[in-house]
Amino acid sequence: MSKIGVFICHCGENISATVDVERVAREIGGMEGVAHAIDYKYMCSDPGQTFIKEAVKKYDLDGVVVGACSPRMHEPTFRRACAEAGLNPYLCEMANLREHCSWVHEKGEETTEKAIDLVKMLVEKVKKNNPLESIKVPVTKRALVIGGGIAGIQASLDIANTGHKVILIERDPSIGGHMSQLSETFPTLDCSQCILTPRMVEVAQHPNIKLYTYAELESLEGFIGNFTAKIRLKAKSVNYSTCTGCGACIQKCPVKKIPSEFNAGLGTRTAIYVPFPQAVPNKPVIDRVNCNYYKRGACKICEKTCQVGSIEWDKEDEIISEEVGAVVLATGFDVKGTDFFPEYGYGKYKDVLTGLQFERLASASGPTFGEIRRPSDGAIPKKIVFIACAGSRDPAKGIPYCSKICCMYTAKHAMLYQHKVHDGESTVFYMDIRAGGKNYEEFVRRAIEEDTVNYVRGRVARVYEKNGKLIVKGVDTLLGGEQVEIEADMVVLATAGVANCGSEQLAQKLHVSYDPYHFFAEAHPKLKPVETNTAGIFLAGACQAPKDIPETVGMASGAAVKVAALFSNNELVREPIIAVVNRLAPPLYSTCVGCFMCETACPYNAIEHEEIKARDGSLIRTIARVNSGLCQGCGTCVAFCRSKSIDIQGYTNEQVYAEVMSLLND
Amino acid sequence: MKIGFYPGCSLTGSSREYNESVVAIAKVLDIELTEINDWNCCGATAAHSMNEELSMSLPARIMAMAEKQGLTEVVVPCAACYNRLKVTQHDLKDETKRKRVSEILQLPYDGSIEIINVLQMLEKYGAENIKAKVTQPFAHKVACYYGCLLVRPHSILQFDRVEDPQSMDELIKVVGGTTIDWAFKTECCGGGFSVSRTDLVAKLSGNILEDAADRGAEALIVACPMCQSNLDMRRGAINKVIERPSDIPVIYITQAIGLALGIDAKELGLKRHFVTVEL
Amino acid sequence: MSSEEIFEPKIVAFVCNWCTYAGADLTGTSRLKYATNVKIVRFPCTGRIDFLLLLKSFAQGADGIIVSGCHPNDCHYTSGNFHARRRWIAFRSILDMMGVDVRRVQYSWVSAAEGSKWADLVNNTVADIRALGPYTDYQKVADYLEKEVQDGEA
Repeated sequence: MSKIGVFICHCGENISATVDVERVAREIGGMEGVAHAIDYKYMCSDPGQTFIKEAVKKYDLDGVVVGACSPRMHEPTFRRACAEAGLNPYLCEMANLREHCSWVHEKGEETTEKAIDLVKMLVEKVKKNNPLESIKVPVTKRALVIGGGIAGIQASLDIANTGHKVILIERDPSIGGHMSQLSETFPTLDCSQCILTPRMVEVAQHPNIKLYTYAELESLEGFIGNFTAKIRLKAKSVNYSTCTGCGACIQKCPVKKIPSEFNAGLGTRTAIYVPFPQAVPNKPVIDRVNCNYYKRGACKICEKTCQVGSIEWDKEDEIISEEVGAVVLATGFDVKGTDFFPEYGYGKYKDVLTGLQFERLASASGPTFGEIRRPSDGAIPKKIVFIACAGSRDPAKGIPYCSKICCMYTAKHAMLYQHKVHDGESTVFYMDIRAGGKNYEEFVRRAIEEDTVNYVRGRVARVYEKNGKLIVKGVDTLLGGEQVEIEADMVVLATAGVANCGSEQLAQKLHVSYDPYHFFAEAHPKLKPVETNTAGIFLAGACQAPKDIPETVGMASGAAVKVAALFSNNELVREPIIAVVNRLAPPLYSTCVGCFMCETACPYNAIEHEEIKARDGSLIRTIARVNSGLCQGCGTCVAFCRSKSIDIQGYTNEQVYAEVMSLLND
Repeated sequence: MKIGFYPGCSLTGSSREYNESVVAIAKVLDIELTEINDWNCCGATAAHSMNEELSMSLPARIMAMAEKQGLTEVVVPCAACYNRLKVTQHDLKDETKRKRVSEILQLPYDGSIEIINVLQMLEKYGAENIKAKVTQPFAHKVACYYGCLLVRPHSILQFDRVEDPQSMDELIKVVGGTTIDWAFKTECCGGGFSVSRTDLVAKLSGNILEDAADRGAEALIVACPMCQSNLDMRRGAINKVIERPSDIPVIYITQAIGLALGIDAKELGLKRHFVTVEL
Repeated sequence: MSSEEIFEPKIVAFVCNWCTYAGADLTGTSRLKYATNVKIVRFPCTGRIDFLLLLKSFAQGADGIIVSGCHPNDCHYTSGNFHARRRWIAFRSILDMMGVDVRRVQYSWVSAAEGSKWADLVNNTVADIRALGPYTDYQKVADYLEKEVQDGEA
């Protein structure tokens, strides 16, 4: 008979407040095969774990069930404790009494009874558990970083500086991301490009970093330590090994009116272009959608201009394959355009801008060389209105979350405007001022007190154009709900930060989770903020949620350390949750009949054909065999197998049937 | 084409011309309107600010009577009635409320009737038809004014773009008119303050009228009797509060379409307005 | 059971580890309340769920079953949930033909971020199954078959 030990945790009061834990321990103690059952305040604490270890030895336990929090939280903790006591860690299971019971039900008889059922279920399962050995796999010590904004740059440099190779891919022709578009940064007002460009150059020159710009991830296969990334190198139409970056082609390109992405649509660029003067690499690409030659088959002026013959008209996209051991996702965010706001004119008023567009106006490298001028007529606006929370915190707009950076950058914008236009008047409409952060609140106060920015607490109902002015209708909720109407020359919307376009598809390629707003999901909201649910894939920056530069950099360094820690191992230990085909003594060999339905089911090509041969070499039968290096343990093959010959360790048919039978037989 | 018709009180009183024009164009467009038998007031603003059960029971009775009559779709030209009927229908998805209301009415109510406004009726049954039957294109530059009740609350009505509706503009374009792009499409005209606070009505309606006039509109096009009467009847008071007094007329969408279809101005009730209509 | 007493159905939920199990964890973390009738059995993937388990559950007296995994395209193992979906489509019509009450199986997708969806799914399923009443038809058939087998052996 089994000798199972059961340990019920109070989790402080998290479980014991709604579940009668003593009764659970008492009733389970009376179950057949249970040798020992206790309850304790904190099972995961040191004394708690010691109870388990001592019990394993004292009662010679052959199975352990811990009724506590989610196994996603503490399964490794308790399995380690069992292993330390000499019990095979895979003979330890957890019943989820907190997330699936005490936290979701009211205190009462049924809740305690459900807790008992959950523990019983796992006791029955554990009776059928087999000792398993972990699988060791090698680690490819090379990281893939996706996204070349500040998050990707920081993560790449940090990983590269630990001595490991990094492949950095960027969708655009240059690295730099949104940070390269910013004018000055809060709360210090130092120039964004001045602090970023040295980092960009460092990336390009670092011996450990291989940079692919104008490249996107095509697919990622494999698992932690052993990924294969297919990368699409989009055709640049320019040979970078010969191009000197002289820029003559850009000067001569006749297609000059393409809205510049870098200038957020406020400036223009040519069809052959470098996104901005400090770009890395500082060599052009041809935008084939807008190029005259690709559109109509004639022009080729750039080719005639190029002294070194670098233009490659027939170049095609190339797909390369790279082996990597870890991935850092740093794909950043996007901001909603003004066209998202019907009440502010659906984007049809030229002088209603997004915050990012205002950054470009305020930037010395921008379309107006840092002068604040109206896009419509080039005049300097004398009255400007900033609307914080444009879209954010607005469930009706489908964006209930706070975009976090807007309060600060709006204060910065108003401040920059006041510094540049001394007789100007600026008004900020806000819902709340969220200035949590070092020197942030002081920065906002400075905008209000020293730079005399007029802060109005209330929302703006409508913006419309009349006689060349933008009429802003809002409410001042601190003045008894007075309606406010301002005739402004320019309106800046702090539009919501949203997930970058294509993030959902990327998440699906990588099999990482994402939230309803398509931001990538961290493995645990507090304790695993840079990990994803997929081992070996980490997050950095605003692809996880909107965040500012210091936070992004911190997170990127965090992700880099996780990667470095992973690469400090020569081998990784993997959970032995894999499928196996049964083997029996001759003359049966196996119940597998060799139909290979499992092969059709397997998404990892892990099913191999094993030939069973007699001594004389003649073939007796061909059966299936699982390649334990490739199998990821989904178990789809198990459900496909008609003869029940393949089973998955840790979730065997015996185990799951035992669970179901225990649940329903009472 | 047969369709149920709920005129409501306004259309038989202060806005007879709306009723006349709806009926007149329906005839030309071969839409057969079947008036709901023994209909009652929808409760308007008064009921729902006083008593919730009453505010639901009055519209529910109208719809119950229509159900009894075997109607499946009812057009409600008055924007306030349309709003009350739609909102009630939404509220009565709640089973307890539905039971209570049936009990009050002593009538079965299942909420299956499709309630549409005039713009929806014209879009659904007339757009192509209208185009074919235009005899005198409505070649005017106008401001389409939707008001509050036709598009709000969007979560319940689910009609058009809430901040910048387009359906009336589209209909005007079908009959040969042009519409201005302006900012007061869905601003309040003063609504129910029509009697109690005429000063407020003058101010709010004034803003609307002034912006339309400034942008060169020859007329305001509406689909709500309350908006029409505030903008038309209170013109004297309005003109006192706005900087540039205006004499642009306020007509119903059905009247504009009627004119394009060649219907006589008198038949469309165009002679009943306070501000003279010369289009 | 007296007629006064509310029927408390026994419901088993077969869920995948990556999406729905994590989603149900989030329900807990968010402290959203739901009925105690549903008990979760964890699988690596819905692709692992052998539908014979559903029959076994009914045979053992389950009144209802929830099967839930990742949304299409979100499967941790690329395609397990598609296999589960196809299997369910085929299995459902077979069950129906066999006379099993297919309304008792609720097939759904709950992602790791949909804590509130899980609570709703549980509460709605409990309400639906409660309205359908206890399910004993399949249990009777299974008991009969089992007896036949035993008699045959004897």
